[in-house]
Amino acid sequence: MFTILDLVQPDNLAEAYKILSDKRNNTILGGCAFLKMGKKRINTGIDLTKLKLNYIQEKDGFIEIGAMTSLRDIETHPLLKEHYNGVLPQSVRDIIGVQFRNGVTVGASVYSKYGFSDLITALLSLDTEVELFKAGRMPLTDFLAKPKEKDLMVRLWIKKNMRQASYLSFRNSSSDYAVLNVAVSMLNNCWTIAVGARPSKAAIAISASALLSLEGATSETIEEAAKRTSEELSFGTNTRGTATYRKALCRALVKRGIMEVLACKSN
Amino acid sequence: MQIELTINDKVVKWEVANDEFLADTLRSHGFLSVKKACDTSCCGLCTVWMDGKSMLSCSVLSLRAHGKKITTIEGFPKEAEEFAQILSAEGAEQCGFCSPGFIMSVLAMKNELVNPTEEEIIHYLTGNLCRCTGYMGQLRAIKIYLGVA
Repeated sequence: MFTILDLVQPDNLAEAYKILSDKRNNTILGGCAFLKMGKKRINTGIDLTKLKLNYIQEKDGFIEIGAMTSLRDIETHPLLKEHYNGVLPQSVRDIIGVQFRNGVTVGASVYSKYGFSDLITALLSLDTEVELFKAGRMPLTDFLAKPKEKDLMVRLWIKKNMRQASYLSFRNSSSDYAVLNVAVSMLNNCWTIAVGARPSKAAIAISASALLSLEGATSETIEEAAKRTSEELSFGTNTRGTATYRKALCRALVKRGIMEVLACKSN
Repeated sequence: MQIELTINDKVVKWEVANDEFLADTLRSHGFLSVKKACDTSCCGLCTVWMDGKSMLSCSVLSLRAHGKKITTIEGFPKEAEEFAQILSAEGAEQCGFCSPGFIMSVLAMKNELVNPTEEEIIHYLTGNLCRCTGYMGQLRAIKIYLGVA
């Protein structure tokens, strides 16, 4: 169990960032569900609940999601059900149970870059940007690629558009972590294929996505894109599955994901 | 640190540690219906309501309950008894250790879903584990309780 020597609830982001920067083991507290399973000794725990970062709203052509928004809010919010074929609600609906999703936050899930994250994979398939207090706004892909620095996540920005998307995951039991998850999306015949729980953090299959975008989705290119995704991304082994198993799953799920997006388009 | 919260419609002021979780706080003040089991946020036995939403009290820092309305099964004596009798009649009650958290989730589901399907019921209650019953008796009881049998 972790320990917290001091706990503060700052009134603004600047104050929160200053406290975070003051000492190496000062830590932002998200939902705490994952943090509590470790043995971290936290000098000052920073609780952001007073900062009103729990919201989902439309703004300037984007859907804006505050860092303290719960995964349950992602699952049930009408705006997210109506866009991208409900890929975001779909991605979080099998994470443990309702009570768990009521507690855990978007900010902690994304900022921690968890390899097992279902949400990051779905967000990667959309036009998502991350806004950090210090580093500012950047594409999610850039955020995932950069080394971890002390910062705090403020919100996500998702470009509001007609992107069609699909999310699929494979689990050993219904509420377990995914063995593998896949999100596929398409906007104006430009495709994005993202794969997570490899078990390392989610990544976009750039070559496979480009293949579909350039040559269009035919039965041959769909097969080839699925195969190429499984070859261009790396897979690892853990208690949930071997690298070989994940690679095989990847091929099947990507193919299925592409077909689902095409079915969405035809509807 | 002192927190003030409303627990089952009664306002209380409690001293809590910075890293204390609500389940421990509640149990230390006699709310023993709140069970602790997995400690990994996956079993649902510690489910309580916070401002009307079901939460895992083992994962909520007590400090975050400041100013909130907390409800345990002791706050729903009538509903709990009614549902517990159906559970018993359907053979879904064995050791009973998971029942308080389970009933809190069923009551939350009743508020949230209108005439849920079997698939919706099962999905909503995925976060409540029971190691005795195999769930079929519970499912029958829920359908009867919600009038969707």
